Amino acid sequence: MADLVSHKDEVKVISKRFGQGAANIDRYIELGGYAALKKALAMSSDDIINEVKASNLRGRGGAGFPTGMKWSFVPKQAPKPKYVLCNGDESEPGTCKDRLILEHDPHAVIEGVVIAGLSIGAKIGYIYIRGEYRYLSVIMQKAIADAYAKGFLGKNILGSGIDYDVFWHGGAGAYEVGEESALMESLEGKRGIPRIKPPFPAVVGLFGGPTIINNVETLAAVPPIINQGGQWYAELGAPKNGGTRLFCLSGHINNPGVFELPMGYNLLKMINDVGGGVWNNRKLKAVTPGGSSCPVISAEECDVPMDFDSLMKIGSMLGSGGVVVLDDRTCMVKYAQRIMRFYQHESCGWCIPCREGTDWLKKSLDRFHAGAGVRKDIDNIQYLSENMLGRTFCPLGDAAALPTISIVKKYREEFEAHLEGRPCPFEPEGAVRQLPVLAGAH
Amino acid sequence: MRFSEQFEQRFAEMLKHYPVKRSVLVPSLLYAQDEVGYLSDEVIAELAKRCDLTELEVRNVISYYSMLTTKPRGKYNVQVCTNICCMLRGADDIYGYVSKTLGIGHKGTTADGVFSLESVECIGACSWAPAMQVNYDFHENLTPEKIDRILEEYARKEEVGK
Repeated sequence: MADLVSHKDEVKVISKRFGQGAANIDRYIELGGYAALKKALAMSSDDIINEVKASNLRGRGGAGFPTGMKWSFVPKQAPKPKYVLCNGDESEPGTCKDRLILEHDPHAVIEGVVIAGLSIGAKIGYIYIRGEYRYLSVIMQKAIADAYAKGFLGKNILGSGIDYDVFWHGGAGAYEVGEESALMESLEGKRGIPRIKPPFPAVVGLFGGPTIINNVETLAAVPPIINQGGQWYAELGAPKNGGTRLFCLSGHINNPGVFELPMGYNLLKMINDVGGGVWNNRKLKAVTPGGSSCPVISAEECDVPMDFDSLMKIGSMLGSGGVVVLDDRTCMVKYAQRIMRFYQHESCGWCIPCREGTDWLKKSLDRFHAGAGVRKDIDNIQYLSENMLGRTFCPLGDAAALPTISIVKKYREEFEAHLEGRPCPFEPEGAVRQLPVLAGAH
Repeated sequence: MRFSEQFEQRFAEMLKHYPVKRSVLVPSLLYAQDEVGYLSDEVIAELAKRCDLTELEVRNVISYYSMLTTKPRGKYNVQVCTNICCMLRGADDIYGYVSKTLGIGHKGTTADGVFSLESVECIGACSWAPAMQVNYDFHENLTPEKIDRILEEYARKEEVGK
């Protein structure tokens, strides 16, 4: 099961109530829950936004956009109803943290959704949970019902005169739906094809009305920020990268698990201390620092603070917090292949550069790892990825291109080692090599 | 066509949650599929009618979402994650083991209709890899021995249910 682990370096803000039964509303209240909502009801919407701005909270879904700034884009007056949309479509490979928040502290998410709504003048919040997380949807549906029963939701919440509804919504299997505009399309009952931006959701979103979309973890950070202040939260982290975040350690590590650490925590320390080091006494080769969409960084680049800006400086991303560790027996070509197969499968198919690009790249990498690649394929894989970057209708194309470019550039010699029918140097001895039958490969 | 009482109550309640009827479509399709086993022509026609959509529009939506199927499937759908974190911790071997044990491949169904198998993308169990889902149940930190026990338990449930 999804066991909880801990480490002495953790700073427990989001995960403070994990493992203590806080999905039960009475327990949640006992542990300080819904105090932030009471406080927020007495604040002006500008004060709420300013507090979140002061916290330097940045989106925990992957893009890292400053949350307070996003909320401030919602126009004060709007002809159509406004909405808060919680993005619980967690599907980025390497990421398994929202799962724990939804399981252990669903009320924190509800509380964050309501406070966010107060700040923009919304009366309705939707909590969208991916279809595979059915047990978490059941937990959330109960939490919502309990919150209504106790007057935290519904008409005249806590006697404030304000009405606020929160509704659960379920997905049915689609990574692309995690993109904010595709999420809205899905909630409106359609295929998850992204929308053109501008207009941005804060101006034209769900059902045409102003909408803020935030990740589960981002919203769960809002009650502590209201309770203890934006400055307190900001100071837990690094400059311009406030707070803590849940890091999901996975891959070739001794102690995989989800750990809450301050923004700016050193990656090597995370791998060696918190993660217990690379497994099986092997050496560190590379890391995907924030989910599969990030450029891969080599072991030599891992002495870096884990915050949005520091990772951007070295040409990667903090992303979703999915820290995937690769040991020195990993075939980087196989890794690139598996990543591209994911994006090809998940591409919504709407725009040509992504639909055709991911498909072409998947076929090339399949063929290449099987030993049927030629030298010019390596350049073509890099060239095609670089030309897909920035040219697709939504960031999924970038997400496919970025890791691929980084792997071809940094591990080109591994690609060359697969040339001319040579067996993969990392495949176990005696593995049978099947060269796929190709039609029109060149 | 009517679904179970639980579905009908849920459907009626969900309609109140949105300003637009068709918003209930995706979650309703999954709930209907849970009950009927797959999205049959009858289910599709019924949900299309309820949402004021054409059957084509509903099929258009179904084809996008990977959990939805218009074909009958095993009672227990074994979904083995083979994405990167699981792959790094042996998912290819795990998938191979399940495939060999059940005697079926990707999207296959056993002759007795009890199990189906799928190689799936990331299910959010990365720190507890390798992992799989059987229907909605998560099974993590998998080994071949654990898989044997898990599959036996589902097979036993099926026997008892008969």
